[in-house]
Amino acid sequence: MFYTQLGNYSLVFGFIFSLIIFFFCFKGINNKSKKIETNIFSFLFLQFLSISLSFICLIISFVLSDFSNETVYNNSHTTKPLFYKISGSWGNHEGSLLLWLLVLVFFVFIFSLTSKKHPKEYRILTIVFQEVIIFGFISFLLITSNPFNIIFPTPVEGLGLNPILQDPALAIHPPILYLGYVGSSIIFSSSLAALTQNYINKSWASHIKKWIISSWIFLTLGILVGSIWAYYELGWGGFWFWDAVENISLMPWFCLTALLHTILVLEKRNLLKKWTLILSITTFTLSVSGTFLVRSGILNSVHTFANDPSRGIFILIFLFILIILSIVIFFFFQVNDRPTIKKSFLFSKETAIMINNLFMMYFLSVVLIGTIYPIILEVLSDNRVSIGPPFYNKLLYPFLILFLIIMAFGTKLNWINSTLPKVRYINFFYLFISILISIYIVEITETKYLFSTVLFGANFILIIKTTEDFFVKNNNFSQNLAHFAFSIFILSILLNGVLSKEFSANMKYGDEIKINESSIKFVNLETINKKNYKSIITGFQIIDKNGKIENFNPEVRIYNQPEILTSEADIKSDIFSDKFLVVNLLKDDGYFNVRYQIKPFMLWIWTSIVLLSIGGMLSFFRRV
Amino acid sequence: MKKNFFFILFLLSIFNYSYGLEKNSVLENKIAKNLRCLVCQGQSIYDSQSEFALSVKLIIKRKINQGNSEKEIYEYFKSQYGEWILYEPEINKKTIFLWVFPLILFAFGGYLIFRKFFIK
Amino acid sequence: MKKKIILVLVIITLSFVFFIFYKSLYKKNYYVPQNISKKIISFKAKNLYTNNYLNSDQLLLDKKFTVINIWASWCLPCLKEHKYLMKLKQNNNIKLIGLNYKDKKNNAKKFISENGNPYDLILTDEEGVLSIDLGAYGIPETFVIKGKKILKKYIGPLSQTNIVEIEKLISK
Repeated sequence: MFYTQLGNYSLVFGFIFSLIIFFFCFKGINNKSKKIETNIFSFLFLQFLSISLSFICLIISFVLSDFSNETVYNNSHTTKPLFYKISGSWGNHEGSLLLWLLVLVFFVFIFSLTSKKHPKEYRILTIVFQEVIIFGFISFLLITSNPFNIIFPTPVEGLGLNPILQDPALAIHPPILYLGYVGSSIIFSSSLAALTQNYINKSWASHIKKWIISSWIFLTLGILVGSIWAYYELGWGGFWFWDAVENISLMPWFCLTALLHTILVLEKRNLLKKWTLILSITTFTLSVSGTFLVRSGILNSVHTFANDPSRGIFILIFLFILIILSIVIFFFFQVNDRPTIKKSFLFSKETAIMINNLFMMYFLSVVLIGTIYPIILEVLSDNRVSIGPPFYNKLLYPFLILFLIIMAFGTKLNWINSTLPKVRYINFFYLFISILISIYIVEITETKYLFSTVLFGANFILIIKTTEDFFVKNNNFSQNLAHFAFSIFILSILLNGVLSKEFSANMKYGDEIKINESSIKFVNLETINKKNYKSIITGFQIIDKNGKIENFNPEVRIYNQPEILTSEADIKSDIFSDKFLVVNLLKDDGYFNVRYQIKPFMLWIWTSIVLLSIGGMLSFFRRV
Repeated sequence: MKKNFFFILFLLSIFNYSYGLEKNSVLENKIAKNLRCLVCQGQSIYDSQSEFALSVKLIIKRKINQGNSEKEIYEYFKSQYGEWILYEPEINKKTIFLWVFPLILFAFGGYLIFRKFFIK
Repeated sequence: MKKKIILVLVIITLSFVFFIFYKSLYKKNYYVPQNISKKIISFKAKNLYTNNYLNSDQLLLDKKFTVINIWASWCLPCLKEHKYLMKLKQNNNIKLIGLNYKDKKNNAKKFISENGNPYDLILTDEEGVLSIDLGAYGIPETFVIKGKKILKKYIGPLSQTNIVEIEKLISK
């Protein structure tokens, strides 16, 4: 009880500090005194401390199973393991918003620490805009989603946490993801501040670039961890479903990737100022819209939070206030675009980056329209359509081909280049090899489509070119690594797509079924009672044509609080493929639905994204 | 002439016309993946183990054996449950904007970039 | 001038988006496919007790009202609506057919003997495919049929209000 109250007071203090910071910021704008800056800095630190304290109190409440706290009551249970009691504190609506808030105040504090070299007005305004966002979030928390509500009388036991969420990957997924989303808030605030101060130039670009890269790294890793969780935990063998919530994390990623490239143009050539601004505003807008869509109950998805329209209204209005604010500022203040250094040429790196942006915006628009079109249609005409993987595949893959090819050659272009690049004959050789390998792949997998050949061909060209780049003198290693990693990622998902095999049947204990040249045998069945669930462990043997036996032990769990049935797949991974066996309990006594899948290159998919992030990290530490 | 032929072939392959017969269970799985499980939250018929999904899978198998085409099977489920059960939105008056919007955006963006270089 | 046009377009788009999001907050999140005035596809089903096959054409006579109720012994809400079905049985203008969904014969018979038989006839749908032919996806679901046309469909257990509605519909 004590910690809940302490947490509540800390939250209120954070709110008060927000107001104090506003006060000092307004005082400091045209004031020459150094004291104001120190004051602002101190209160930012205090605000960070109070929100941290608040968050820690929430965690303690969960660990102590303090059910007088409504959030703890709704989402926890005494039998939950300690690790999940802790991670459960941010695995619910209120707690996750507190986490959002924590990252917001943390980042603005870091900003004030690391931006000392920049103009005072710019820094103060960035802090002002950021505090507007913080103010909005604290208000939202206190008014509609307070994690520190007290219920009386104190219940003896909590309602528990969905067991699917009790997983290590899912425990770290929100914190990493939020570091990405919230990083984009600094970019947003900073861009608006820079615009009003006429500070959109090379020096601003160098500084904001670090924020963009770090946001991007976290967002990439956050999405990766989410996919890994889906693959290992949801038991369907897939890692991306074009589910609404997944799309919502992907959209800011496209924007941020585009921004990552555009900021380079701004830094090197002082161009594309307006576009940089638009991207900054859009990225953060997408992050907040995403928060709205997921928590308001509008979307129909596997990962939905609780549905609550009143919360939705608040976020919707807050979101639109931010958008209107940014539009007013954008249209009111002129971007200083001096025409003298303006010239761009067709075969320059600037063009390649603009084309990258074009593709990123296209991919973004496909995912955006796919996600919100059902909502629009339903409001306007009471009709419902479903938009699933076939839609996304059809619209994205053709453009992916072009994108891969342009990416292969775009990085070779130089800045401000106006001459046609020299034709190097080795590239034709690369093309020839790529097509050859692609045809081979298409033949052995029986996909037999012209389309697949071209797609694989484009992918191989990118792989060859990025590999070649490592051997070029004075190359940009971090960029090469990132682009190479991306090419391997595409290769992995393509190969995984065409080479995956699956088999499914209903079996009972003792059954043996033939699958092509192998067979699967149901050899073991036992039931064990665990701390908060009953576990049914099955044993299967996959016997290949040489008689080699591989054992699998997929499990079905029956949880007690809340009563849910889950399937835990048994996955055996090696470098080249994953073997995936999952069972589901059927109504007929003793029968299980057994699904066995061979999924090649899964580890490559995860590794390539990790490499991609490492490329980003190296870029972050580069001295340019 | 040859160029036109390959271009049409390319377009056709984009829209996934298959040139051979697919084995039955592969087709069953394909259809099951394209249908939404109506009693689940966001799962396909293929992924779901609910009673409804199991019955649908049975119907799919039977209809394939009776010789129904993929399109006819989708039509059947659409007539029973509405467009909502299909994961691929059709291209009709209601959804034309959906399909065409990103393409228009791409063309427009391309035009803007193009303008930056050739019109000075 | 160009700036003004862009500004106007942006404002229009944003207002539209705001409107859509606002309206969508208050929409139902589950979709209820309505198939009013749909014709019944011909079907054949086994009688629970006699194991004889019966054809829908024999059962659904023109100008007569039929109510098909999909149920199972393992379905808790079906037990809840059972007493309302018993009430409906008393109406002589309705032929009440029970469609036993994905159930074991013995369990179904036990359910009936323990709770009473509200149905004029009980058919079985062991594989669940007949229910899909009717356009159902869960249980309990109830269809009010005239001849071969579906007049109304109820999803979920029937309540007293629903019974009154059905009787009113029949009396027209």
